[in-house]
Amino acid sequence: MLKRMTRLVSGARQLDPGRLLHGGPQAPQSLAAHPDNQVPDGSPRAVSCTSEGDPARHGEQHEARHYCIPLQDLRTTFPHGLPPRFGMQVRTFNEACLMVRRPALELLHYLKNTNFAHPAVRYVLYGEKGTGKTLSLCHVIHFCAKQDWLILHIPDAHLWVKNCRDLLQSTYNKQRFDQPVEASSWLKNFKTANERFLSQIKVQEKYVWNKRESTEKGHPLGEVVEQGLTHVRNATDAVGIVLKELKSQSRLGAFRLLVAVDGVNALWGRTTLKREDKSPVAPEELALVHSLRKMVRNDWHGGAIVLTLSQTGSLFKPRKAYLPQELLGKEGFDALDPFIPILVSNYSPKEFESCIQYYLENSWLQHEKAHTEEGKKELLFLSNANPGQLERLCAYL
Amino acid sequence: TAFLTGLLPVSRLLHTTGVTTKKNVAALRHEAYTVDFIKKQIEEFNIGKRHLANMMGEDPETFTQEDIDRAIAYLFPSGLFEKQARPIMKHPEQIFPKQRAIQWGEDGRPFHFLFYTGKQSYYSLMHEAYGKLLEAEKHQNQLQAKGLFSEKTKTKDLIGSRWLIKEELEEMLVEKLSDQDYAQFIRLLERLLTLHCGAKEEFVQRFRRSITVQSKKQLIEALQYDEQGTAFSTSEGKRKSAKAEAVVYEHGSGKISINGIDYLLYFPVTQDREQLMFPFHFLDRLGKHDATCTVSGGGRSSQAGAIRLALARALCSFITEEEVEWMRQAGLLTADPRVRERKKPGQEGARRKFTWKKR
Repeated sequence: MLKRMTRLVSGARQLDPGRLLHGGPQAPQSLAAHPDNQVPDGSPRAVSCTSEGDPARHGEQHEARHYCIPLQDLRTTFPHGLPPRFGMQVRTFNEACLMVRRPALELLHYLKNTNFAHPAVRYVLYGEKGTGKTLSLCHVIHFCAKQDWLILHIPDAHLWVKNCRDLLQSTYNKQRFDQPVEASSWLKNFKTANERFLSQIKVQEKYVWNKRESTEKGHPLGEVVEQGLTHVRNATDAVGIVLKELKSQSRLGAFRLLVAVDGVNALWGRTTLKREDKSPVAPEELALVHSLRKMVRNDWHGGAIVLTLSQTGSLFKPRKAYLPQELLGKEGFDALDPFIPILVSNYSPKEFESCIQYYLENSWLQHEKAHTEEGKKELLFLSNANPGQLERLCAYL
Repeated sequence: TAFLTGLLPVSRLLHTTGVTTKKNVAALRHEAYTVDFIKKQIEEFNIGKRHLANMMGEDPETFTQEDIDRAIAYLFPSGLFEKQARPIMKHPEQIFPKQRAIQWGEDGRPFHFLFYTGKQSYYSLMHEAYGKLLEAEKHQNQLQAKGLFSEKTKTKDLIGSRWLIKEELEEMLVEKLSDQDYAQFIRLLERLLTLHCGAKEEFVQRFRRSITVQSKKQLIEALQYDEQGTAFSTSEGKRKSAKAEAVVYEHGSGKISINGIDYLLYFPVTQDREQLMFPFHFLDRLGKHDATCTVSGGGRSSQAGAIRLALARALCSFITEEEVEWMRQAGLLTADPRVRERKKPGQEGARRKFTWKKR
């Protein structure tokens, strides 16, 4: 049922001129061929970790291995924070190690070979609960950050459609609703992530905030962001302006834009928000959702859109739903169509082994039987190689 | 009946209407059923048996007790749960409790020489047994003197049988015993057994009952083969109100699918998955079998238990007898008999009573 779009990249593998690195899938090379890339086999971390810190150089030989993200990078690249359980693991181990997996490698390959003259391609990561969609997204974001793209990261779109305390009537459009709290927190994190671009990008129109304040044409985007942060009432409008400006300016080629949304099925589902007269609010009546929907339309070029579906935070969707058709609904599917679906599945035996090794090396598994073969088989059975379940299981050991 | 007729010589029946000593009158009052009454009951029972056989269209001569039971169950169907409360028709001997007849004659003299011990039948039995013991010892000494003494072990008669328990002995002697009396008697019999003598066997066998050997044989399913030639076996399991059926394939990679859904998605709780893991982990065959199950009814925990039982039973076809025995001892092959207890009136739940208020 998924419409598979033919690849935008043609068979002739157009390589981006400024970014020539390992393009295309390599034949799996033996360990001995790349002695400089890997830690020598004698140390115990050889199996599960690799010292290759740059996602751009990740290839198939790094599959099923963990790589470290330096902690300073974490604060700039992921100001919104990582998924809560992963964040706890990072704080415990004092290092952020992500596993290099096949879906992420595939996505990186596509991104390395994007043609920025064509409209932005939409990639949708989908899969069962707990298979690693969000962390694959984080891997891709880290890669783009290293490549100096401008990152528009919405960590969880579901947060914008539920549990909002104050809904104001939008100043820009009377029919829509503002969410000052969510918008201002997002603006703050956006500023931390993309400091250097805010002064470079210039606004192309004049925006009037109120009788006294306005942003003139040609002023840096940072001003808009500051305005949204100081005046919380205008935060949602600030977000809308930022998105519009970035979209229109990405085609100029000064920067690459990556739009990364986690839980994109929230944009087309239902909300749990109600007006004062207890009537439900549809998602399109929320200004944030409206502007985000415009963003993920592929009518701009100069970047890429990576989306993740998530059932965990979704509203009114059955637990076992994971396919795009089920989670997005007809409306969402038509809006996102055409896109490239990427399935994220459970661990392969090699990845499972590597994950267990990583936990053992960090002394996370204290049970005597965790080292033995039977112990590993038990864990495999109980978690069925599902990364989320495995992590929860190992938390007890 | 041998006891009754033995102790009550016909010539000394209590038909004397004239002089009745106080003792006889007192004894008459205690006796619940007279001998005449019992005899009449037996005659009525026999006649009734013949009538019943005629009613059922069977031959009165060859109408056994099982036939009587079946006929009564057919003619008087009862829905009572307690089996002993249903209508029965049995020989009066089994219905009326055995009683002791009057132990003394009209002159007041007791018949048995050990009457004044209080437990005459018990002591007479001990006396008899001790007499036999002395005989056996004498016999053995004679044999040893002659040099014909040979060691023989007769343990095979004892296997599969047990001594009478105290209640059974009391029933046999129609007399109350104490624990020490019973222990003494058993010790005497065992001492008798140590002296090898063939003549005493029937005497001792009167006091032994056979034990039915509990059949440990588990029903092992047959292996079936599908088109590709892989072996698989099917079996069922139940727990509370959940019924499950499992098909276990011999070669596989440890995938289990329940009602078409992967077991990780069907049982999000780790506890249920641990239940599924138990049979495989016990036999050390974690990644070696594939399984497909269907389950219905019950809740999540009872569905997990039902599938576990079905998996264990299905695995029996692939393993040795010894491993089956280990599984049985581990409790994997026993259906859990616990069901929900009913709520009783006057209580809030099955056990919980209403709050007690002092006033």
